[in-house]
Amino acid sequence: MGYEIRRRTPEECMREVLAEQEELTPKGHLKIFLGYASGVGKTFRMLDEARRRRERGQDIVIGALQAKTPRETEALIPKLEVIPLKNATAIDVEAIIGRHPAVCVIDGLAWNNPPGSRNPTRWQDVGDILKAGIKVITSINIQYVDELRERVEAITGKYVEETVPVEFIKGADEIEIVDAPPLEPAERSPEEEAAAQNLQERLAKLRELALVLAADVVDRQLNTYLERHGIHQHFGAHERILVCMTPRANAQEMLEQAKVAARRFHGELIVAYVKQPNISARDQAALDARLDLARAAGANIEILEGDDPVQVLIDFARSRGVTQLYVGHSQRGRLARLRGSPLDKLIWESRGMDVRVFPQ
Amino acid sequence: MNMTPHERGKLKIFMGYAAGVGKTYKMLEEAQELKAAGIDVVVGYLEPHGRQETIAKAEGLELIPRRKMEYRGSVFEEMDPDAIVARRPAVCLVDEFPHTNVPGAHRTKRWEDVEALLAAGIDVRTTMNIQHLESLNDQVWQISGVRVRETIPDWVVQQADEVVMVDLTPRALMHRLERGVVYAPGKAESALKNFFRESTLVALRELALRQAAHEVEHRIIHPEEGSADGTDGSATAHTKQKILVLVTANPKSAVLIRRARRVSDFIGAECFAVAVAATGDLSGMPQTEREALAQHLNFARNLHIETRILEGDDVASTLVEFGRRNQVTQIYVTRPSARPWLPGLSSDPAQRIVSLAKDMQVVIVSDREPANH
Repeated sequence: MGYEIRRRTPEECMREVLAEQEELTPKGHLKIFLGYASGVGKTFRMLDEARRRRERGQDIVIGALQAKTPRETEALIPKLEVIPLKNATAIDVEAIIGRHPAVCVIDGLAWNNPPGSRNPTRWQDVGDILKAGIKVITSINIQYVDELRERVEAITGKYVEETVPVEFIKGADEIEIVDAPPLEPAERSPEEEAAAQNLQERLAKLRELALVLAADVVDRQLNTYLERHGIHQHFGAHERILVCMTPRANAQEMLEQAKVAARRFHGELIVAYVKQPNISARDQAALDARLDLARAAGANIEILEGDDPVQVLIDFARSRGVTQLYVGHSQRGRLARLRGSPLDKLIWESRGMDVRVFPQ
Repeated sequence: MNMTPHERGKLKIFMGYAAGVGKTYKMLEEAQELKAAGIDVVVGYLEPHGRQETIAKAEGLELIPRRKMEYRGSVFEEMDPDAIVARRPAVCLVDEFPHTNVPGAHRTKRWEDVEALLAAGIDVRTTMNIQHLESLNDQVWQISGVRVRETIPDWVVQQADEVVMVDLTPRALMHRLERGVVYAPGKAESALKNFFRESTLVALRELALRQAAHEVEHRIIHPEEGSADGTDGSATAHTKQKILVLVTANPKSAVLIRRARRVSDFIGAECFAVAVAATGDLSGMPQTEREALAQHLNFARNLHIETRILEGDDVASTLVEFGRRNQVTQIYVTRPSARPWLPGLSSDPAQRIVSLAKDMQVVIVSDREPANH
């Protein structure tokens, strides 16, 4: 993936928990409806939720709506209180905070504000509203995620100017994907058919990006939940591949296979090396070359330390929720060598993970 | 009788991660749109679970009467595929795709009934939850502590023309549950304890989202068998992987088969399974072993994995030799259940396979234990 999908370390989680406790201002709750094209029905879903909340007696206002809304969506608006925009594009942050509803609906998270506004972008405005302790329900299309801009351009041919950082989206308390592939018309001319196929393929690629981003947000929520509840077991919902690197490893083959698997599983690729004492200059050079290869493959590199390399690797793999371990195995040893060998120990200790042994 | 062959119907699956996320509602919503557009749509089977919003959404749709069947003194109602085929609609709604029919029905599984509708040229819209996908059975057990019995082989889902994710946040789902929208009061409590734990819901939802992303990608890649985005050269340089699974009487064989199936589907590898027997068939084995092995081989075939029984006294060398002759790249074996492995005494060949397979990778598959909640 073109953006960070690494799972956070326990230390990072702890820091986050501490930071949250230190924060004295109450933090509002952010819910995002994520789509992959306009017209999939994000606004409708958002306003429908607003209507249902209103009916349950919640204090809810609309802070921003798109200029063009379909008729069935428009029908939902009259029942809801609207705080008008400040100008053509900027939401009225002061008015919303002053009104202080329980929930504020803000469509179009990726909008930029005109010069001279409180913040350059709408997502920063939303940040201010959240800080005031107001719950925000908002929507965004996958095209407008900053870190995915180039991948989206490769799909759509369009470079978007207005974007939201992926970290802001990943920080959401709730995310919901609006996955509604358009219905196909029954009859089409051959030209229409070709154009439709092309459009379908582009939409499918955007849809895949959106589903994976939603899964990554959910994965973070899951890990945060498990950390907070002191649950040290991983669920393996996200495939994580750990390649154990050594100076003699058949690095090219292992990395190539790991890269393919990580991409096809939309998984995470980690390469770890356990520091060895008294390593020769030649081995060090070989190792550095292998780690460079790993970096080029987009892997997260981890240098580990400890007296018992197998235990260090297993502990690390477990802490990161690894599901597949890739290791090299020297064929020089005979059967007797294998028994009681590090590989034997690794296989025995790696409960809950698959071990893929590469001959070298 | 119309003897001209029909074009196979199109299958669309509404995928969710728990009861109550809105799969059936979404399916009915689409049916109403189709009906409004003048398309001949009928309901083949609907399970609204007494939910008012769902029942209201079905209004005005034609229902094909269910077939009443008696089994052990009780009357059950099943979908009537023959009646649907005779009625010949353009589109048929079939709720609860993974359902198992009552004994005595023409077919064991509802997904087999759906196959019959598709073969008759009828488009089908259906619903299922991610926990019913066969290759995820062990992971679902790990996540929820529940062994799901009604499963759908992955190839059935892969054959669908479209898989749509019906999403709802676990929080919203829990609220629905508390308000009695999903289950009648009383019934919710037992449901809460199993699948409706927050961590379980979140993990199942993640599985569903990733599966949906995979299903989308699979449908982009498939036509040209190339890489997904065309930017990654390694996929083309990547030699075609061939996975060989060692099936034994060990009950863990099922875990191994599921995992091999899943990995080969994701990385686009061929997958086949073998057992090794001294006689080259199952005849020389003790009855319990023979039955277990036959069951595992049958399970592999149901997942569309080709199987074979090899003749040989020594499992490891027979397997590795076969792998070598057939250009296998990865051998899948179960994780040994006991340590230390005593040479000659251990019945587990994993260790010897690793040392013999000088030109192949060996994947040692671990079973997934349920989490402690």
